[in-house]
Amino acid sequence: MLAGRFVKSLKEIHRSGALIFDELYALGIKSLPVIIVISIFIGAVAAWQAAYQFKFMGAPLRLLGHAVGKAVVIELAPVLSAIAFAGRVGSGITAELGTMKVTEQIDALQSMAIDPIRYLVMPRVLACLFMVPFLVVFANFIAIMGALLVSTFGVNLATETFLNGFRDSFKMADFVNGLIKAGVFGLIIGLVGCQEGFETEGGAAGVGSATTNSVVISTVLILVFNFIFAVLLFRI
Amino acid sequence: MSQILFEIQNLGKSFNGLRVLDSVQLQIKKGESIVIIGQSGGGKSVLLKHLIMLMEPDEGKVIFDGIDTSELRSSDKAELRKRMGMLFQSAALFDSMTVAQNVGLSLKESRKFSRDHINQIVNEKLEMVGLSDAGDKFPAELSGGMRKRVGLARAIAANPEVLLYDEPTTGLDPITGDLINELIVELTEKLKVTSVAVTHDMSSAYKIADRIMMLYDGKIHFEGSPEEIRQTDNAVVRQFISGSSHGPIQVG
Repeated sequence: MLAGRFVKSLKEIHRSGALIFDELYALGIKSLPVIIVISIFIGAVAAWQAAYQFKFMGAPLRLLGHAVGKAVVIELAPVLSAIAFAGRVGSGITAELGTMKVTEQIDALQSMAIDPIRYLVMPRVLACLFMVPFLVVFANFIAIMGALLVSTFGVNLATETFLNGFRDSFKMADFVNGLIKAGVFGLIIGLVGCQEGFETEGGAAGVGSATTNSVVISTVLILVFNFIFAVLLFRI
Repeated sequence: MSQILFEIQNLGKSFNGLRVLDSVQLQIKKGESIVIIGQSGGGKSVLLKHLIMLMEPDEGKVIFDGIDTSELRSSDKAELRKRMGMLFQSAALFDSMTVAQNVGLSLKESRKFSRDHINQIVNEKLEMVGLSDAGDKFPAELSGGMRKRVGLARAIAANPEVLLYDEPTTGLDPITGDLINELIVELTEKLKVTSVAVTHDMSSAYKIADRIMMLYDGKIHFEGSPEEIRQTDNAVVRQFISGSSHGPIQVG
């Protein structure tokens, strides 16, 4: 299994510093714009829908910051950022490694006595592991800003009322759990992306189907693991 | 007697139930230049990848310099691969790197050389293949022949004892193909390496081989010097070297 070989390759981490930094930038920092854009709309739609449901139930709007804050920090930011990351980065990893596989570039690395797991997999998986939580920190902040804009200008709720509600509901444990979840999602995206890339066969068509598989498998696993986290962390 | 460098014993390999190599036996002596000929899809590249341990045999053994490679851990295989260099069919250059970075990669990753020393070796190897000015180019900017020459420079960068060539002239025009053949002969003599090439290009085989082996039906069907293969009345070999679709070799 690739996961086992990845763990084994970590003992050579000192040889891959530059490669890891390259991937942190290419996979993580370059994903920031898309995460910012989707986060604004995640927060905005969460605030709008919550206000609509409050109106329907007759619940007081002063709880809007409370409800939206919880939803964003616990679920929306980690899960939707991870799914967006799987679409942008997981697919890119699979397409790149899959192309390298079918054009014998991975064989060429091995022929030069370079371990492809250390050289290709380890930097990418570590970058995913660290950059998804990093992006989720931004996603949380930007989504709350999006929600604040909607609550202020769309729902006409005082900014201070929204922020007070958010502050009252905010728990550091929720935020940290969200980041831990994000790390697990990052690990899934990196490992699935690399595994599918390494198993690519059959030229351009093979690269295409491996890329699709990578995104589908990562997305399903993210949602399954998210449910497992919910059951473990939030006892009913 | 010359030292045997490679010994293959009863090598068998199948893919999805299709038997590609069937009890292959062969020996390659140190310093020899061997060419393995055969039909496309006949298992030549698979055989070559067993020599450099990129594939595991289903059955049999590949012995390199007295060491049974099937018994080795991956780190030990990597150590043995440092003694080999390989030119891939499509050159397999790393698209995201310049020519110089491609050639110098194995040296950089070995962590034995300073940056200046690597640059010096890279320039020397690129000069040997006639591409002194191409160091800053990317693979996408190169012609097919140039890509093969860069692949060759990369294969010889770490001064291997063995050079493996997978279809070195495939996809090239005859003149560029001949240039690659001459380079292979020149490098084999200059670097005193053992060469193993697989090809279906007979002009290439005649030019670079001390000994030619024909792989047919998963086995080494014929073995001899270029002269012996020219003179043979073996029907399979005759059909192959004449390029005829009529004969014992079934096409399609």
